[in-house]
Amino acid sequence: MIELKNISKTFSSKKNKEVVALQDVTLHVKKGEIFGVIGYSGAGKSTLVRCVNLLEKPTSGEVFVNGEHLNEMSTDQLRQARQNIGMIFQGFNLLKTATVYDNIAIPLKLTGLAASEINERVEKYLSIVGLADKKNVFPNQLSGGQKQRVAIARALSHEPDVLLSDEATSALDPETTDSILELLLKINKEFGITILLITHEMHVIQKICDRVAVMENGEVIEQGNVIDIYSAPQQQTTQRFVSSLFPSEFPSEIFDDLQKQGPIISLTFVGTSADQPALSVISKKFDVHTNILSGNIVQLKDKPFGKLIAHIQGPKDETDKALAYLVEQGVQVSEVSNNG
Amino acid sequence: MDNIIEFYDRWGGLIWEATIETFQMVSISFLIAVIFGLPLGVLLVLTRPNKSWDNKYVYQFLNIVINVLRSIPFIILLFFLLPFTRSIVGTSMGVRGVIVPLVVYTAPYIARLMESALLEVDKGVLEAYEAMGIKTRHIIWHVMVQEAKPSIILGLTIATIGLIGATAMAGLVGAGGLGDVAYRFGHLRYQPNVMYVTIVLLVILIQAIQSLGNILATKSKKD
Ligand SMILES: Nc1ncnc2c1ncn2[C@@H]1O[C@H](COP(=O)(O)OP(=O)(O)OP(=O)(O)O)[C@@H](O)[C@H]1O
Ligand SMILES: [Mg+2]
Repeated sequence: MIELKNISKTFSSKKNKEVVALQDVTLHVKKGEIFGVIGYSGAGKSTLVRCVNLLEKPTSGEVFVNGEHLNEMSTDQLRQARQNIGMIFQGFNLLKTATVYDNIAIPLKLTGLAASEINERVEKYLSIVGLADKKNVFPNQLSGGQKQRVAIARALSHEPDVLLSDEATSALDPETTDSILELLLKINKEFGITILLITHEMHVIQKICDRVAVMENGEVIEQGNVIDIYSAPQQQTTQRFVSSLFPSEFPSEIFDDLQKQGPIISLTFVGTSADQPALSVISKKFDVHTNILSGNIVQLKDKPFGKLIAHIQGPKDETDKALAYLVEQGVQVSEVSNNG
Repeated sequence: MDNIIEFYDRWGGLIWEATIETFQMVSISFLIAVIFGLPLGVLLVLTRPNKSWDNKYVYQFLNIVINVLRSIPFIILLFFLLPFTRSIVGTSMGVRGVIVPLVVYTAPYIARLMESALLEVDKGVLEAYEAMGIKTRHIIWHVMVQEAKPSIILGLTIATIGLIGATAMAGLVGAGGLGDVAYRFGHLRYQPNVMYVTIVLLVILIQAIQSLGNILATKSKKD
């Protein structure tokens, strides 16, 4: 649905200093999926989404949306193409001087929609975002979450194939963030809208994304299914993002002490293996004691994913058997060494 | 009481006529100045570096012309423009004769006020509309101008008040108006009462315009 081929973007500022914001980025977002891009501040995420609708013109590389080559379009063609690409922003970007209703109706009118259809669309999408009762209110009287809902309704009212989201939840509190993410999930399911979202929060990725790309210094350093990235992050930055959810640092003295009495292992549970009480089973079945040092289970979009750091105490042959049993149960097991 | 009636009989007609003339001068030159000033303000904003019509030649040219015009005091502009005025409206006297210098004086001022009002509009909103595939001219009118409306109204209020001040000087070319009455009768013929009355009228006029501007601006603000 969205194809970015070898996109590079260099900003040249006044002092002849060049900033390379994107460097040879290639991404393919499939029809109907929710694709997340995560990275720290300044990684180039905003520049990347803005290249998709050419708000930012890439220095080199090609952009295809829905099979159409956007770089080669005339201004008029690009305007048409943009009507098919919705976008929402961290700052909502609503008209302050217009009601909720007009905020949705005005762009529809300006894109040439028949007057009879405008009313219908506004009502329909306001009720989808759950704000049918707020249509005569001005944005200043709305909460952040409600403003973002209006912005989402405004984007949806053009019935686009693609929705771009630039940190749409970053200005919102955790609860409101969740409700907006659920709304995005719902419109993805109900209307089949492909969503490309960028964020700096793992929480957003795990809650609604199918696939994720990690960006650093203008480059995509790793991408894949969310579950794969979670269970086996390759790059250091990715590992940092993942371990922010699964804190696993101990004072090295404690670590050394424990290691003398048995292995410290990291257990990764994916899907159903996450709901099994595997650790209590092994301490019953074998002559071992287990002690959970840290751990967390997170709910990914469609399956739970858990990671535990545990200490297993017992005779060597028993702990080996216990570990083998865990592997049999579909748990990924690896021994943790002191430095990480 | 008799004094008031006597004063009214003697000067009432003259002052009333002068008030009408002031209204005429202000409203006509205001309208024409807005017709020139608003688009100039828009152009100043759009031709800035990194804006949709980024063009440093047009931007610098407008900048310089506006600065030059704004640095000339009105009284000098009035005389300096006499030949030009005569060639455009056929006379340099009366209300008609003063419209041209008033417009030349006010339009650049309005352009600056419009520029600063339009620059306050949130860039994100403009970008959101660009991302929705909306034509630039529609964005200018439906987003920039509408969103800047409260500041535009306040700016135009200031411009109108400046214009009233300028019309008072226009009496020097025989344009009439309240300022002219105050000068000719109040000052030259030493009729202090006439001067006081015209001053009171001018104060009331300016108060009324400022209050109207404030009310309209607040109304269009929506928060
Ligand atoms: N218009 C611009 N002019 C010059 N440099 C820019 C411009 N826009 C972005 N940059 C630079 O490009 C780099 C990437 O910026 P970008 O906004 O894409 O990062 P980001 O990942 O979205 O960060 P954040 O999480 O803070 O929003 C930064 O170094 C930034 O300073
Ligand atoms: Mg950003």
